[in-house]
Amino acid sequence: MVKNQEYLKTKASYCLDLAKKLGATDASVTVGNSISETVSFRNKALDESNRSDSLAISIETYIDKKKSSISSSNLLEENLQTLIKKCFETTKITPEDEFNSLPDKNLLAKNIKNLNLYDESHLENDQKIHYLKELEETASIDKKIINTESGFTENKSNFILANSDGFCDGYKSSSFTASSVTVAKDENSMERDYEFTSRCHLNDIIKAKELGEIAANQTIKKLSPKKIGSDKISIIFDKRISKGFLSSFAGAISSSAIARGTSFLKDKINQQVFSNSINVIDKPDLIKGMGSQSFDSEGVKSETLNLVNDGILKNYLVDTYNGKKLNLKSNGRSGGSTNLYFENGQISYEELLKMHSRCLYVTETIGHGTNLVTGDYSVGATGFLVENGEFKYPVNEITIAGNFNDMFKNITLANDLEFKYSVNAPTMMIDGMTVAGK
Amino acid sequence: MANFFDKSDLTRKDVDEIVSDTLKNCDDGELYFENSKSESILLDDNKIKSSNYSSDLGFGFRAVSNEVVAYSHSNEISKDSLKSSSKNLKSTLKSSKGIYNHEIPKTNNKFYDDINPIEQKTLDSKLEVLNKVNDYLRKKDSKVKQVTASFSGEQKSIEIIRSGGEALTDIRPLIRFNVSVMLEKNGRKETGVYGIGGRQSYDDYLKDDNWKNVCEEALRIASVNLDSKPAPAGEMKVVLGPGWPAILIHEAIGHGLEGDFNRKKTSAFHNLMGQKVASEGVTIVDDGTIDKRRGSLTIDDEGTPTERTVLIENGILKNFMQDRLNARLMNTRSTGSGRRENYKHIVLPRMRNTMMLSGTQTQDEMIKSVDKGIFAVSFGGGQVDITSGKFVFNCTEAYEINNGKIGSPIKGATLIGDGPSILKEVSMVGNDMMMDPGIGTCGKAGQGVPVGVAQPSILINKMTVGGTKL
Repeated sequence: MVKNQEYLKTKASYCLDLAKKLGATDASVTVGNSISETVSFRNKALDESNRSDSLAISIETYIDKKKSSISSSNLLEENLQTLIKKCFETTKITPEDEFNSLPDKNLLAKNIKNLNLYDESHLENDQKIHYLKELEETASIDKKIINTESGFTENKSNFILANSDGFCDGYKSSSFTASSVTVAKDENSMERDYEFTSRCHLNDIIKAKELGEIAANQTIKKLSPKKIGSDKISIIFDKRISKGFLSSFAGAISSSAIARGTSFLKDKINQQVFSNSINVIDKPDLIKGMGSQSFDSEGVKSETLNLVNDGILKNYLVDTYNGKKLNLKSNGRSGGSTNLYFENGQISYEELLKMHSRCLYVTETIGHGTNLVTGDYSVGATGFLVENGEFKYPVNEITIAGNFNDMFKNITLANDLEFKYSVNAPTMMIDGMTVAGK
Repeated sequence: MANFFDKSDLTRKDVDEIVSDTLKNCDDGELYFENSKSESILLDDNKIKSSNYSSDLGFGFRAVSNEVVAYSHSNEISKDSLKSSSKNLKSTLKSSKGIYNHEIPKTNNKFYDDINPIEQKTLDSKLEVLNKVNDYLRKKDSKVKQVTASFSGEQKSIEIIRSGGEALTDIRPLIRFNVSVMLEKNGRKETGVYGIGGRQSYDDYLKDDNWKNVCEEALRIASVNLDSKPAPAGEMKVVLGPGWPAILIHEAIGHGLEGDFNRKKTSAFHNLMGQKVASEGVTIVDDGTIDKRRGSLTIDDEGTPTERTVLIENGILKNFMQDRLNARLMNTRSTGSGRRENYKHIVLPRMRNTMMLSGTQTQDEMIKSVDKGIFAVSFGGGQVDITSGKFVFNCTEAYEINNGKIGSPIKGATLIGDGPSILKEVSMVGNDMMMDPGIGTCGKAGQGVPVGVAQPSILINKMTVGGTKL
């Protein structure tokens, strides 16, 4: 069982009291415990079992505008004393920073809503094994599948965030994650693909048979890929890739990137940054949402933000420190976005596929070719060539490139949004990008 | 050597008994204790943005039976906690009938000193260097709009306790110093990043104002990029500079030669042992024994001494990198490549310092031989799909080559290639092998470990460059 709130609260207040006693003007503490149990299968047999029990504490001490922090996994009082003393001593000689402070008291979260993020269901290892057996049976039906790997993880966490302004709260959360990775082979190639499911509640995860089947089908479809020629061509991004553009967008509108001037979206507030049909929303209070939170990592309440309205950038993701720098109030996004999504587009998935006579459908990208300072984007890609709405053949060993400033203004969205992860997007088409191939 | 459990209710006798009892019917396994102390100090936006100190103590208990690994870790060091981990392992491997393999080779070598780099230099003096970096860069060039500089230091002590009471220990220092600078000219912004590091004290790296060289290099890269043009798109010849561009070798070849992927036959290399996988003249080694390098280890995380493993010799595939589990299942020996990020993770076969050795040609000869192509000097990160063999990496400094001459700098572009065939496309190997500056971290299965790379300049006949200009 994860440590209860009382235990975590006791540790947190011990640290706050000690920091105050030493002379800290302010302090904040996060204490968390997370227990996670994983079982992995490979080729229909048990491969690994892993149990992890992690305690973690992090403490920030302030002497007016000076600040320093420590973290540890050792919660014994003797160790905490040593560390807090060290933290306090370090704070003394750290230079002042006028923007350092705890969050404004009136922004701290009160009346915490129950977002139903904890499911107390527990699966014994044998039950996890049963799920994985079923999954791998379906994943390996086709003879072209030569290797299957799968895993099931159950995680239970609890935490307390406390600061010297009297904030002290936290809550339990859980997650159940299953994944299937399959390798397929034919005379021309060997390919790998995957599918995974992760939810707060056990009953919401994809059924084992279905998960194995999706992974296997996706892998087999990739066999015998071709390389296409370099071209300017419209690109359709599968949902598992399109959501990645939102993550990049969130990085570019984080108040730290804006305050440091290292974002291509700096000074773009109230300007057109997306096609005018695009709306981007960040909703922290989604019931059972994978990115839901009652308050951010500083204790600040977070409310739904319309980040982009009709293509116009309306809000940054603001924390206390960078907010003060930018003269903005924290909107409870220390730690980034929560449940971030594009609103649905106007056309169906099928209509999107048929919009152009020839386009590239991307199912996977590799590499870290995203530059948030310039907006330049260049990554390796695999996918399919689509002609007149039909998948013709798999494609690989190509790159796709563009710049977010142009790409974001050339987005068309389908209407197939689903809430499966903390960042969600419908299938997306972007016109005007460059494919480099043969 | 710190005793990992002297503040708990555990005695060495208890620990030995629990370990031996848990592993008695297993093929392998160990109890791994780790105590790490680390600091990071960051200057950003003209200010000391954060100074963090962290200490972490925990154990990871592993039992291996045939192919199955059972693992349990905790940061609660007590008899109860260890016993509950033991129970967890035993219940997973209840029908295990293994014979414990006691053989662990021994070494008297040491590739770094038992130092704690954090304590060797006062916080004040580290803050002073960071402030000097900031002032120096901002005075040096009025285009400088942002400077980030950081120190990170670590001392990790480990003890591996095997069934029968055998104990192996290591103390590992690691430091890194990094500078990132952003320039702005006519509304255009570009960044340049450079860093150095290794298993040494800060002073070894920062003597004689060496920090200035790091600043100059970051500034130079950013300046080059300010004048860069859109990169070309399509297949062309690529000359790679020496040193850090060897992450191409790491991604394209290295991962595919790790034992686990080959035992599981998911690597594109699994059936190519003894065959020609690279052009003649290409020799690649993975070496954990280079003094004070970032990827070096005296013993790996299973206790096996590291070594210099020849992976490819003159074009022929010679060895995979092995940890104990994969070596046993593939009837070979561990190459001392068993590594883990920390006690929270299982051991996997990983790279250490991966190096392509020097040949005979010069970089000039390579450039002169290219009509149209690119010259890539530095890279950001890379990634590989082990199964299809396709890999990418991102240029952070690159130039056009036109008619045998280096031309304008080009914008960061992704290069994509095919692992098993790329080394056959290497047509010239330079005589200028260089180590990287000591900044690499390799990610695999969610675990990051410090690694090194090295290579001479090389000419690759054909790679796809992911620019925007057709």
